Amino acid sequence: MPTDAAGLGRRRAAAFVAPALLLIAGFLVLPALWTVYLGATDYRLTGLAAAEPEFTGLDNVRRALDEDSFTHSLGLTLQFVVGSAVLGQAVLGFAIAWLLRGRRGVLRRLVEALVLLAWILPGSVVAFLWIALLDRNDGTLNGLLGTPGTAWLVEHPMASIIVFNIWRGTAFSMMLYAAALGTVSPTQLETARLAGASGWQQLRDVVFPAIRGHVLTNLLLISLWTFNDFTPFLLTGGGPSDETEIMPVFIYKTALFNGELGYGAALSVLMLLVNLVIALVYVRLLRQRARPAKAAERGAER
Amino acid sequence: MTPARAVRVVVRYTFVCAVLGFFTLPLLWLAFAPFDRDPSIAASLPQFTLHNFRELLDNEQALRSLRNSLVLAAGTGGIVVTLAAAAAYALSRVRLPGRDGLLYALLLLSSIVTGTAAMVPLFNLAYELDLIDSQLGVILVLSGGLLPSAIFILKDFTDTTPRSYEESARVFGASPLQIVAHIVVPLIRPGLATIAVWSVAQVWGNFLIPFLLLRSPEKSPAAVVMYTFYTEGGQPDLALISTFSLLYSLPVVVMFLFVSSRYGFRFHGGIKH
Amino acid sequence: MAAIELAALSKVYPGGVTALDAVDLTIADGEFFALLGPSGCGKTTLLRTIAGLEEATGGAVRIGGDDVTALPPGRRDVAMVFQDYALFPHMSVSDNIAYPLRIKKVAGAERRAKAAETAGALGLGGLLERRPGQLSGGQQQRVALARAMAYRPRAFLLDEPLSNLDARMRLEARTFLKRLQRELRVTCVFVTHDQAEALALADRIAVLDDGRVRQIGTPAEVFRRPANTFVASFIGSTPMNLLDGVVTGDGRVGVGGVPLPAGEHGLPDGERVTFAVRPEYLGYGTEPVPGALPGRVTVVENLGSAQLVTLDGDAGSVQVVVDEDVPVPLGATGYAAPRPERVLLYRRDGELAAPEAPHAGA
Repeated sequence: MPTDAAGLGRRRAAAFVAPALLLIAGFLVLPALWTVYLGATDYRLTGLAAAEPEFTGLDNVRRALDEDSFTHSLGLTLQFVVGSAVLGQAVLGFAIAWLLRGRRGVLRRLVEALVLLAWILPGSVVAFLWIALLDRNDGTLNGLLGTPGTAWLVEHPMASIIVFNIWRGTAFSMMLYAAALGTVSPTQLETARLAGASGWQQLRDVVFPAIRGHVLTNLLLISLWTFNDFTPFLLTGGGPSDETEIMPVFIYKTALFNGELGYGAALSVLMLLVNLVIALVYVRLLRQRARPAKAAERGAER
Repeated sequence: MTPARAVRVVVRYTFVCAVLGFFTLPLLWLAFAPFDRDPSIAASLPQFTLHNFRELLDNEQALRSLRNSLVLAAGTGGIVVTLAAAAAYALSRVRLPGRDGLLYALLLLSSIVTGTAAMVPLFNLAYELDLIDSQLGVILVLSGGLLPSAIFILKDFTDTTPRSYEESARVFGASPLQIVAHIVVPLIRPGLATIAVWSVAQVWGNFLIPFLLLRSPEKSPAAVVMYTFYTEGGQPDLALISTFSLLYSLPVVVMFLFVSSRYGFRFHGGIKH
Repeated sequence: MAAIELAALSKVYPGGVTALDAVDLTIADGEFFALLGPSGCGKTTLLRTIAGLEEATGGAVRIGGDDVTALPPGRRDVAMVFQDYALFPHMSVSDNIAYPLRIKKVAGAERRAKAAETAGALGLGGLLERRPGQLSGGQQQRVALARAMAYRPRAFLLDEPLSNLDARMRLEARTFLKRLQRELRVTCVFVTHDQAEALALADRIAVLDDGRVRQIGTPAEVFRRPANTFVASFIGSTPMNLLDGVVTGDGRVGVGGVPLPAGEHGLPDGERVTFAVRPEYLGYGTEPVPGALPGRVTVVENLGSAQLVTLDGDAGSVQVVVDEDVPVPLGATGYAAPRPERVLLYRRDGELAAPEAPHAGA
């Protein structure tokens, strides 16, 4: 006799879970494992190696570490992640959340709506808006700054995609920090104020200690997302030449444009590894926070 | 007001204005160009017309791409909501062996195996399964990627709904499937709506997967087709692009407004009674 | 309607925690029966095992003579009212009450008629189209009861039926519940941690502790002659005085050096016992009299129509209920004289020394 709330029983429960797991196994786990396998071959899209790929072990990884184009791409990716996510989105998101905390009314709703709009619009649309904004001849930015003829995407390509990504992704940090600030105990803030703490001291002594977990969560998630973001491709296509060839674009060009599937897969494996490290830290954090809740759940199940 | 305080207030409002400007500027073109008789790349107050929209409604290619987006979004949304709900409910209520480990493995997987990191094998997989240039292939790949997070969120949601509702129905003699249909689905409806909106929005904006897997323009969604709107002279067709962008953006904005007005940003937590 | 029998019913959780330890219990047809105990004593598990929501690991549950131990909850023909009422928030009051009938495939019109009739009987007539969220706590409870009634089960199981109500509503609901049970004459088992609630409502009470039944009896029996010190300290709105004593002969028991009369007990001289007497059954005086415990007044608590006075003396702390108009100054010396016929003696193992009540029914 099943003793769960709905009387489902283990067999039926397994049947409920199975279809989802099958789909995940087929289209998420399998590709991941396949990447690892392909990364160890000289598989190509066309030609001899397409029919009979040969096992080459760690050759691809060695090649990547030796090749300038890989280290170059890695450097750009680092700039992109640190510049647009860790410094840009997180700091701007926190600043907006902090300044708007405890406020109601038109100004707050307006700011939030605009920041959110940048986040929810489809990537293709957003990319085109920025192409238009930064256009060499008639772009709105050149019109505003009085710098006609400045081709921002050519002259400052990395800066352009970094600012673009700040614009695109700040909403998440803003919302997360707004929620986090809501959990800071008002009585603690008042105690600090009564003790004569300045705004900065309140931030340092009361707010940051209270939202440390949220800050870490936020940094991990936005780093992960930014690291895997393909949208800059729509702005610059990786160019001019290879100046904005961040890792996802580099892999796309290597694997699917040049047809070096094996080498591209090896690069993907390196990317998966970076993702794994970030995700492991994040899941550990989640688990730590979920522990009291889990205990309560276990109690309820009895 | 002390001078120091006055300076702080000025600094604060200057900052807020700068933020407003920064986030508004790129959007201006989307707001103005679609209504302009002769849209240029610069954002400027339009000479008002709805002519561009009439043109758009006659553009079979553009409309078809929107229909394709709809097919992909609805297909993926349907699969994700149905399968995630079934899995999340069973995982929430039944102590299956290895459940907790499985959940965290799922969460880990979905954050690690992104479309960008797995594009090579995804392409190969679709090739082997003869799913290149098939919308079903895109739907399956997208569903596989969205399911883990959807299961995780929905399980969280289900965990917060009291079990006594189901137990009560059970004492009255309802079968497990009756309980799911009569009690569970209505109770977790806000969660289901959230996941539906979330997955539809994810698919609607996704460029990479259809770009990788679809070949023929007749099957491609709006995200991809947008980049083929050029005039005969090889210049981007600004009237078409701007109008199309607006129409293409509208559904996600509407959905977002719907969810946030109905359930708030934090969708977690059951119905309070 | 049916009697419920539990035979050596046990429940051991997979982790090895014993929630029910061979519980034997017979609840008569039409009886209003309370399962009383502190939290974690197994009372809710017992109720859920009767309902079939928990699987027994040993023993049997019989309802109306049928062994239902292996039956799923839906086939035991009992109704359960949950602590949070479990009214389905997405259904109207009418749909909620009719839900069990919907499961039994009763036609829609008949269902609605039955729901309206039951709701009317419970004074919910005007609320049929409301959602549970729009009702007060007391109304929600009545809807939950109506839902259970509409189904005409053989027994009602109520989990902490009054605990979700505020203090004033609780008294009202208590009277309502008792009247309802009397009218329906349906077997009714309820769980509570509140001894006053159990005393007020039940025909009989089973006091549970640590998965075992410590005493079964009518409210009067459980209140007057608690079978052991656990029940003695659990029952009663003011805690029973439990004092260390030694049997001194001629029926007396020495407590803190003072010989006190203790009625018939048949214990040998020199036996160590616990001398128990309720604060209500001690006489208070300011002059020393034989058979009274002296002590200094350290606390005076106003109970409204009376006051609870704590005396600290050689016997330890003794609490006495004193009439409201007797002045009791703090720090004064007072004397507490137990009424011999209300004194209970417990052996060292905590069990009552003379379980055969010499003044039963008094």
